[in-house]
Amino acid sequence: MSLKVVHYINQFFAQIGGEEKADYPPEYREGAVGPGLALNTAFKGEAEIVGTVICGDSYFNENLDTAKATVLKMISDAKPDVVICGPAFNAGRYGVACGTVAAAVKDELKLPVVTGMYEENPGADMFKNKVYIIATKNNAAGMRQAAPKMAALAIKLGKGEKIGASAEEGYMPNGLRVNFFEAERGSTRAVKMLLAKLADKPFTTEFPMPSFDRVAPNPAVADISKMKVALVTSGGTVPKGNPDHIESSSASKFGKYSIAGVEDLTAENSETAHGGYDPVYANEDSDRVLPVDALRKMEKEGKIGSLHEFYYTTVGNGTAVASAKKYGAAIAQDLLDAGVQAAILTST
Amino acid sequence: MVKEIERAGIPVVHICTVTPISLTVGANRIVPAIAIPHPLGNPALTHEEEFDLRYKMVEKALKALETPVDDQTVFD
Repeated sequence: MSLKVVHYINQFFAQIGGEEKADYPPEYREGAVGPGLALNTAFKGEAEIVGTVICGDSYFNENLDTAKATVLKMISDAKPDVVICGPAFNAGRYGVACGTVAAAVKDELKLPVVTGMYEENPGADMFKNKVYIIATKNNAAGMRQAAPKMAALAIKLGKGEKIGASAEEGYMPNGLRVNFFEAERGSTRAVKMLLAKLADKPFTTEFPMPSFDRVAPNPAVADISKMKVALVTSGGTVPKGNPDHIESSSASKFGKYSIAGVEDLTAENSETAHGGYDPVYANEDSDRVLPVDALRKMEKEGKIGSLHEFYYTTVGNGTAVASAKKYGAAIAQDLLDAGVQAAILTST
Repeated sequence: MVKEIERAGIPVVHICTVTPISLTVGANRIVPAIAIPHPLGNPALTHEEEFDLRYKMVEKALKALETPVDDQTVFD
């Protein structure tokens, strides 16, 4: 008898719609939908998707507790043997939703579960030590490689078989170590690795250093009413017409734009370049993303010393961590050069 | 970006809707926002009410900048 699988996907992969439908509440459908068809093929008859739970990414993230409870009940009612979430690739809110659902399925329903996403998806860091996350490419073109790995791991988990190491199964390392006998002893492996390194040949370390990148908080600002404050955003706010053509996803640059003399961001002078959320509200009034109007009032009231003449902006949609780090460092240097003493960064 | 600004020695506050992401990335002063497509607004309100909401959120963000913290802190 084949294993019963319930699949969790978002509104986009269910072909309900894009960002304009991201507030879609949870819905249950019988059988496979969208990427579930590729999983069904990959199961080769050993398992079958009996039902699909669909939820909009914004709905899930903005109503975390109620969405999680509703989705969990829909999954539980379908009585699956194993659950699959996503894959989410590099879609941030979808990755967080997949990770949250997967962790709840494991902890609360006590069912085996597999999800998948790109390693830079914020959901990966949040959940890779809690649930099996298959590492995927950063866009949906990676479905062809992801489906067989997710299907294979789901079948193994569903049958209660022993799960191999992360490198064998394709899931992200989850910090668990298992004792085993290696064919070659440690000294031989170390010397081989050293020789490879000296010869500039590729080698794989057996003990990757964890990358904890934390910055200690700066001391509090003594008196904000005397400080020059700057606005920075990953929400893609740009002057109307997006003069530097900042990309709607995977931004290759940040922008620096003067707001000297600007009291209010309006539909006439500003818009958003961001392609990862419904732009209607930001395009109507960009103060909803970058609060220039409120800070101008505070400047007049003496609640802040002044608002920095420029704002800094990029699109934080599928943008690589390395790029964001580079833009952040360049923006920070510019702020220092301009004598800015505090910053407000807004994200959508 | 928040972290790079912090690293440069400039106190910074992150206003965002999905605070778990901000915590994972490593922001230290975090103010929760309204919704993903309109973090500092609410189209259901009148223009004046919305401005008032935004003004209060920015006030909270400024307060966060004036508050000493030892670790990541969400200012609810």
